[in-house]
Amino acid sequence: MIISDNLNTYLIIAAILLVIGLYGMIQHRSLIGMLISSEFLMNGAALNFMAFNTFTAPNPAVGQIYTLFIMGLAAAEAAIAVSIIIVVYRRFRDEDPAIVQDMKH
Amino acid sequence: MIVYRYIAEALFYAFMILTFMGAFMAVRSQMLMHAVVGLAVSLLGIAGLYFHLGSTFLAVMQVLIYVGAVCIMIAMGVMLGNTPRQIAEKNLKGRNVLLAIGSCSAVFISLFVVLAQTGFAPAAERIGDMSISFVGENLLLQYCLAFELISVILLTAIIGSIILGRGGRDGAVK
Repeated sequence: MIISDNLNTYLIIAAILLVIGLYGMIQHRSLIGMLISSEFLMNGAALNFMAFNTFTAPNPAVGQIYTLFIMGLAAAEAAIAVSIIIVVYRRFRDEDPAIVQDMKH
Repeated sequence: MIVYRYIAEALFYAFMILTFMGAFMAVRSQMLMHAVVGLAVSLLGIAGLYFHLGSTFLAVMQVLIYVGAVCIMIAMGVMLGNTPRQIAEKNLKGRNVLLAIGSCSAVFISLFVVLAQTGFAPAAERIGDMSISFVGENLLLQYCLAFELISVILLTAIIGSIILGRGGRDGAVK
């Protein structure tokens, strides 16, 4: 069955990625695990942009540009998040969000 | 000719399975390093999906930026943070897993219902094509401001992470 040229296929894949990211955010009890799950959320959104760009958009460059922006934002977010996690680990010796809940003593 | 079509379709299924397996590995694995590997595998699968969507440029960018940069950075974060062997006893268990799966599938079902009830019509006329030159033209003419803002955001992120990570091994941020 040919499903690779159907818009709904890509939208369903993106929805499944979003749900997996959401589940990972709930499931992981460490900040790095939550960061990894947030990458899935962003990729679901980016895949959605690309699917609509290929199948319905009047200008087929816009979706690619937005997906590039999402990639850049995800890279910036990951850089900031990783350095914050390292600082948090230095201070608390742990990455469990339940332990790291008081920001200032 | 039809043979190539079926080969492409088989590759599509392979990329889809790669994406989902990597995502499950990232979410359910007991060690954080395995989760990072799962993330990399899943992002490779998504790059293949971009290829199927007709954008070679984004597929290459996905491999370069996500698999090449973000995954390596997260792996560095795993190694600098807690010990790699961890988390096993900290994951959700029992009833909470069922609750998490239930709420996530509720989100998926509501998205699916919205998707099933909406008809997406293709655009009446399309300008340009999916080529890199057209993307670059749009990026430097119509979306120039957003392009510059992204570079400023990346610069801010780099400076911010350098400042945050500058403190000594046992000290707080200076």
